[in-house]
Amino acid sequence: MSSLSLIKKEYDIPANDFSRAGEASSNVRKLLTQLGVNPAIIKRTSIAMYEAELNVVIHGNGGKARVEIFEDRIEIFVYDEGPGIEDIELAMKEGYSTAPDFIREMGFGAGMGLSNIKKNSDRFVIESEPGKGTRVYITIYLIEEGQ
Amino acid sequence: MTEYFHSVTLEEEKCRGCTNCIKHCPTEAIRVRNGKATIIKERCIDCGECIRVCPYHAKKAVTDPISVMDEYEFKIALPAPSLYGQFGQEFSRERILRGLLELGFDWVFEVARAAEIVSDATRHILKSDNVKKPVISSACPAVVRLIQVKFPNLINNILKIESPMEVAARIAKQTVAKEKNIPAEKIGVFFISPCAAKVTSVKAPYEKKESSVNGVFAMKDIHIKLLEKMKNIPRNGECELVSAGACGVGWAGSGGECRALESYKSMAVHGIHNVTDIFEEIVEEKLKNVDFVEALSCTEGCLGGPLTVVNPFVAKTNLKWQVSMAKTMDFSEENTADYYQELLWTKDMEYKPIMKLDDNMMKAMIKMQKLEEINDGLPGLDCGACGSPSCRALAEDIVRGLAYETDCIFKLREKVSNLADQMKAFEHIYKPKQTD
Repeated sequence: MSSLSLIKKEYDIPANDFSRAGEASSNVRKLLTQLGVNPAIIKRTSIAMYEAELNVVIHGNGGKARVEIFEDRIEIFVYDEGPGIEDIELAMKEGYSTAPDFIREMGFGAGMGLSNIKKNSDRFVIESEPGKGTRVYITIYLIEEGQ
Repeated sequence: MTEYFHSVTLEEEKCRGCTNCIKHCPTEAIRVRNGKATIIKERCIDCGECIRVCPYHAKKAVTDPISVMDEYEFKIALPAPSLYGQFGQEFSRERILRGLLELGFDWVFEVARAAEIVSDATRHILKSDNVKKPVISSACPAVVRLIQVKFPNLINNILKIESPMEVAARIAKQTVAKEKNIPAEKIGVFFISPCAAKVTSVKAPYEKKESSVNGVFAMKDIHIKLLEKMKNIPRNGECELVSAGACGVGWAGSGGECRALESYKSMAVHGIHNVTDIFEEIVEEKLKNVDFVEALSCTEGCLGGPLTVVNPFVAKTNLKWQVSMAKTMDFSEENTADYYQELLWTKDMEYKPIMKLDDNMMKAMIKMQKLEEINDGLPGLDCGACGSPSCRALAEDIVRGLAYETDCIFKLREKVSNLADQMKAFEHIYKPKQTD
């Protein structure tokens, strides 16, 4: 595994601005398309990243996303300094949500975010502590086995 | 036909090298180089946005000359439903269809009728479990090409049914061959088109090996002739050529295909840039509870096609009246269930990765690195003066070896100013020494 990233990007994720949620993930999707990455992998990446972004918008009070592209993989680091998650295991459960009603009414906050990230990434690590924010690490391999 | 036939073309002598077209192209397929626009063939989807915005009418759609009709013994007109929106209330559908006969056609078959058959087949497909939702309509060829070049993940969502134009052409040909006992090759089928993309889909089809349409005429090319002929046709009168109901006629405008499906889980989006936005939402799985997407490249759908004559909103009002005059069809009597398989595409569509920087991913990454670096040094104004649609596109062009950094006037100014500074530094050499 090479340790030197070829492309580095950083994105601001504004708090509570739904109109801009997805900006970073759609930007990354365009980068991967230009690199000629397999469309199915691009799709997984953009879904995982979009969910992580959305969490920062809804719960995290805004934050940042750092993206590094290596020869064989993409690493996405999304972090915020929001309220943090008390019980990560519970938060990972499908359908568990702490999103307020008005957000659910907008069609978000169904409690699928974290499990969706996990499902779409090859490696997924989440660190969080109440009061100290949340950090999400996503790794997705850009080359499928046998390719 | 070559792989990249396009109806949309440039008349170089009219082009002034302005930046209107490059800014509006949804696939960044146009560049201005050496003072003239050039279309990157691989990228063009024939949407016709550039035809609409070009102030000098340098962009045009190549259609067939009316004279190709003469090559056939029996000539059939296939009017797109949008034709009905081109005339005011004094021109009933009966009058329009009879007018087409006067233009020299031997028979007319309404594409609106074929649209109803397509809608019926779509209803069957939507009911099946093994279809990827949301299903995206394939009626607009520019939209299908957009998916082909920009949204590979949506290729499986495309409704793989022939377009109403193709279905109409086949039915018309078969009917005449059978009833009049004329060999198929002597029957000419001509589509009266609101857009350039349809021309391309006939000359270089993506879904089938060969189109059944023999020629495509621009709506605006027959408009005045048709008006003249119609004036001699009585206002009220029956016409046995009317075969479509309100649903088929309604297909002409945005939302028409959705209405024909009678599904509340359907969405109608029009305007190529809006279509792109919605497709991005589908790829990222943001769009929920929608089973069917009617996506049309032109604003207000085919009524806003670049080859139409009247303003799309006027056409919409005209069409509303035409729809109200058409009879409502009972689709339960329709029975395409048994043979809708015949309407399916026989060939799958391939992804054309036009945005890729290099075939080798490692090389692409190195180019991307360079691209980012160049892009950071550009002013970020997206003025288009360099001939590329945005600063990022210029950076891309430089990496591909198609442009220079000094194509950017700000970069050029920087260079010239540096040069001037250097000249100044040599001042003592070329200035003659002053003597008192």
